Amino acid sequence: METLEKILVNHPFVQGLAPEHVQLIVGCAKNVVFEPGKYLFRENEQANSFYIIRTGKVAIEVYSPEVGSIIIQTLGEGDILGWSWLIPPYQWRFDARAVELTRVIELDGTCLRNKCENDPALGYEFMKRLANVFEQRLDAMRIQLLDLYGKK
Amino acid sequence: MDVMVPNTFKVQKFIKETHDTFTIELKSLETKNGFTFEPGQFNMIYIFGIGEIPISISGDPNKSGILVHTTRAVGTVTKEMAKLKKDDIVGIRGPFGRPWPIKEAIGSDVLLVAGGIGLAPLRPVIYHLLSNREYYGRIILLYGARTPQDILYRKELEKLRSRLDIDIIVTVDRAVKNWTGNVGVVTTLIPRAPFDPINTIAMICGPEIMMRYTIVELLKRGLSKENIYVSMERNMKCGVGFCGHCQYGTEFICKDGPVFSFKEIEHLFGKREI
Amino acid sequence: MKIIDIQEIDNLISLLREMNYLVVGPTIQNGAIIYSQITTSKDLPIGYTDDQSPGRYRLIKDKKESYFNYVVGPQSWKKFLYPAIQKLYTAYFKNNKLEIEREENPTTKYAFIGVRSCEINAIEIQDRIFFGGEYQNSRYKGLRKNCFIVAVNCSKANSNCFCTSMNTGPEVKSGFDLVLTEVINNSHHFFLIDSGSEKGEEVLSKLNTREPDKESLELGNKVIEETKKQITKQLETEDLKDILLRSLESPVYDEVSKRCLACGNCTMVCPTCFCMTVEDYTDFFKTKAERIQKWDSCFTLEYSYIHGGSVRVTTGSRYRQWLTHKLASWHEQFGTSGCVGCGRCITWCPVGIDITEEATKVRRIAEFQTTSMEEI
Ligand SMILES: Cc1cc2nc3c(=O)[nH]c(=O)nc-3n(C[C@H](O)[C@H](O)[C@H](O)COP(=O)(O)OP(=O)(O)OC[C@H]3O[C@@H](n4cnc5c(N)ncnc54)[C@H](O)[C@@H]3O)c2cc1C
Ligand code: SF4
Ligand code: SF4
Ligand code: FES
Repeated sequence: METLEKILVNHPFVQGLAPEHVQLIVGCAKNVVFEPGKYLFRENEQANSFYIIRTGKVAIEVYSPEVGSIIIQTLGEGDILGWSWLIPPYQWRFDARAVELTRVIELDGTCLRNKCENDPALGYEFMKRLANVFEQRLDAMRIQLLDLYGKK
Repeated sequence: MDVMVPNTFKVQKFIKETHDTFTIELKSLETKNGFTFEPGQFNMIYIFGIGEIPISISGDPNKSGILVHTTRAVGTVTKEMAKLKKDDIVGIRGPFGRPWPIKEAIGSDVLLVAGGIGLAPLRPVIYHLLSNREYYGRIILLYGARTPQDILYRKELEKLRSRLDIDIIVTVDRAVKNWTGNVGVVTTLIPRAPFDPINTIAMICGPEIMMRYTIVELLKRGLSKENIYVSMERNMKCGVGFCGHCQYGTEFICKDGPVFSFKEIEHLFGKREI
Repeated sequence: MKIIDIQEIDNLISLLREMNYLVVGPTIQNGAIIYSQITTSKDLPIGYTDDQSPGRYRLIKDKKESYFNYVVGPQSWKKFLYPAIQKLYTAYFKNNKLEIEREENPTTKYAFIGVRSCEINAIEIQDRIFFGGEYQNSRYKGLRKNCFIVAVNCSKANSNCFCTSMNTGPEVKSGFDLVLTEVINNSHHFFLIDSGSEKGEEVLSKLNTREPDKESLELGNKVIEETKKQITKQLETEDLKDILLRSLESPVYDEVSKRCLACGNCTMVCPTCFCMTVEDYTDFFKTKAERIQKWDSCFTLEYSYIHGGSVRVTTGSRYRQWLTHKLASWHEQFGTSGCVGCGRCITWCPVGIDITEEATKVRRIAEFQTTSMEEI
C-alpha cells in the first residue's frame, strides 16, 4: 500500500489532493498491467473501474463492420481513463486497448462511489478534477471535428 | 535587379510525399552562387501561364546549392506544380520575409508545433537546430496530421526519432487499428510535452485555428506571449510590400512577417475578417 | 517670386516640350477634369469650374476666364507615375524551356502642369511606398525622378476638400519645380510664379517675367486665404490612429455595410491607393505569357482570397480595411497618413459615403464608450 500511495500522489490527476483523501482512494486501488493488444474493457461491458494511467498507451476504439476498428483517441502517461463507472447504467461505451505495455492503477468504481457519497468534500474534489478532464477532452474533440488539415 | 521579375530554376528532383503533397528540389539556371535563406522565409514561385504563389522554403539552410519546396496541391497553381517533373523550369523570386527566431532561441528549449503542411516551413528550423545542437536546450517537435497516410517527411521523422537529442511526438486526428501512434489533436500533446515553460521559445505553424488553440495550451503551461511565434498566411501578390494584399492589421505579412510573435499580433489574432 | 502674364503659360508649355518633357495637364473630357497631354494653353479648361458634393460632380461655366479655378477631378497624377496597367515581363515557353524577358523601364519625362498641394503630398506618400524602404520599384522611381512639377495654389476649394485637416494644403509649400498662383482681379489676370528647385529656376529664367509689386503679392496671398475660408469639411486627426485601431469591431462598419456597394471607386480615384495584382496573359498556343500588373482594390472578394475562401467576406470588413488602412495602419507602415484630404473618394462614391463622417462616427462611439465606462 505504501508504494501505491506514492505512485498515486505523483500522478497529475491526484496531485495536490489532501492526504486523508488520498488515503481513502488508495483503499479502492490496485496495480494492473496490460500487455500490448489486451483490452482494458470492451463496449457494453459492465463499467466498474476508473483507470489512472502510469505508463504506456491506450487506444479508445469503436468497431465498425465496414472499416474495422477506428481509433478515436489515444491516452498515455498522466491521463485518466473511464467515467462510465460514475454514470448509470454503468456500461462502457467504447473499447479500450493497450497499444503498448501499459501500467495502470485501477480504482474500483463501487468503492469510489461509496467513498464520494460518504465524504462530500472528497466527492466534490473528485468531480472538479474529472470536470477538468471532461473539458479538455471535449475541447480536443471539438477541434478534431473541425478536420483542420483536411480538404476544404 | 527587379524584385518583381523572377529568376529561372530547374527542377532537379520531384518527390511525392503523400497523396496531396510533394517536394521539388531546384537549381538556379542563372547563377552558381547558390540560394541562401533563413528558416521561415518564403519564395514566390511562378508557373508559366498560370500564376505565382508564396511557398516557404523547406530545405536545409546550410545547403545553399539546392532550393527545396514542399507544397500541398490545393488549387490552380499548386495543382499545376504537382505535375512538374525533372528538368522543368519555374520562376523564383525571393527569399522574402522575416525568419523564425532561431537567434533569439539560443540557450532556450525549443518547442516546434506543426499541423499538416505546416511542418514544411518548420523543417529548415529542425535542420538548423540539429546542426547547431550545442546552442539549444531541449528540442521538441509536436506534429499533428490528419491520418497516418498524411504524415509528411515520414521516413525522415522516423530517422530523427532515433536521435537522443530531439523529442518527436506525432499525433493524427484519425486512425484505424494498425496505427500504434497517438490519436488526438496536436494540442493534447502540449500539457505533458517535456519543456521548461519559463525558458522555451515556441514556433507554431499550421491552420490558423490550430495555432489559436495551441497558443491557449501554451499560455496555460506558462509560456509568455513574446516567446510564442506563429507563421501567418494571407493572399500575396508581390512579397515585398507593393501589392497590399497580405495586410494583417498594420502589418504586411510578406515583409513584417510571415513570422510574428504572439505578443505582436495578439490584438488581431482570432478577430474576424482582419 | 515673379509675375508672368497669362499668355506666358504657352511659353512655359513650349519650353518644357523643347526640353523633351511630355507635358500633361488638366483638360476637359467626358464632362470632367482629366489629366492628359497638352500642347497649348487652349487645351486647359479655361473658363470652367466644378461643383462637387458627396456622390456628385459637375463641371460648370465659371464667371471668369480662369485657367485653374477648379479642384481635383476623378484622376490623379498616379496614372502617369504608377500606370493602372503595366507589363512586368514576358515569359516564353518553348521546348520545355522557360525564358523571362524583363520589360524595360519606361523613360518618359513628364511635366505635370497644375499639380495641387494635396496631390504633391500624395505623390510624396507613394514615393515612400515605392522607394522609401528596402525594396525599390524602379519603374516608378525612374518616372518620378524624371518628372517636372508645375504646381498651382488652389484658388477655390469644394465642399469635399479637407486638406487643412490633413496638413496638406491648400498652399503649396514644397515638392515642386515651379509654383503658380492665379490672380484674377478686376482687369488684372496674371500668375505669380516661383521656383522650388534648380530645374525650376532654369525654366523660370527663360520665361518673360517681371518683378511683383507689393499689391500683387498681397493679391496672391489673398487667393490662398480665401480658399482656406472655403474649406468647411474637417477631420479630427488627434489620436485618430489609436482610436481606429482600437475600434476594429465598431458597429459603424456594419452600418456602412448596408450602404457601400463595394464598387471600389474610392480606391481607384484615391491618389495614394497603391494596391495591385498581377496576372498572366497567355497566347493561344501557350508559348508566350505577359505578366501584367494592374491596380487592384481591397473592396474585391478576390483581394483577400486564400485557398478555401476570402478572408474579408462582408462589405463592412472591406470598408474597415480601407478606412483603417488610410487613416491608421498607414502611419505605422509609412510614417504618414494615407489620406491627403483631396475628397475624391467622397465625390466619386456613387452613394456618397464620406470617409470623414465614418471616421468621426467610429471616434464618437469609441469615446462615448470610454466615458460611460468611467462613469460606472
Ligand atoms: C508565407 C506563406 C508561405 C506558404 N508556404 C507554403 C508551403 O510551404 N507549402 C504549401 O503547400 N503552401 C504554402 N502556402 C500556401 C500557398 O501559398 C497556397 O496554398 C497557394 O497560394 C494556393 O494557390 P493555388 O493557386 O493552388 O490555390 P487556389 O485556391 O486556386 O488559389 C487561387 C489563387 O489565389 C491566390 N491564393 C490562394 N491561396 C493563397 C494563399 N494562401 N496565399 C497567397 N495567395 C493565395 C493565389 O494567387 C492563387 O493562385 C504558404 C502561404 C504563405 C502566405
Ligand atoms: S482617402 Fe479619399 S480624401 Fe483621402 S486621399 Fe484618398 S481619395 Fe483623397
Ligand atoms: S465607399 Fe463608396 S466608392 Fe468606396 S467601395 Fe463603397 S460604395 Fe464604392
Ligand atoms: S504580398 Fe504584396 S504587400 Fe505583401
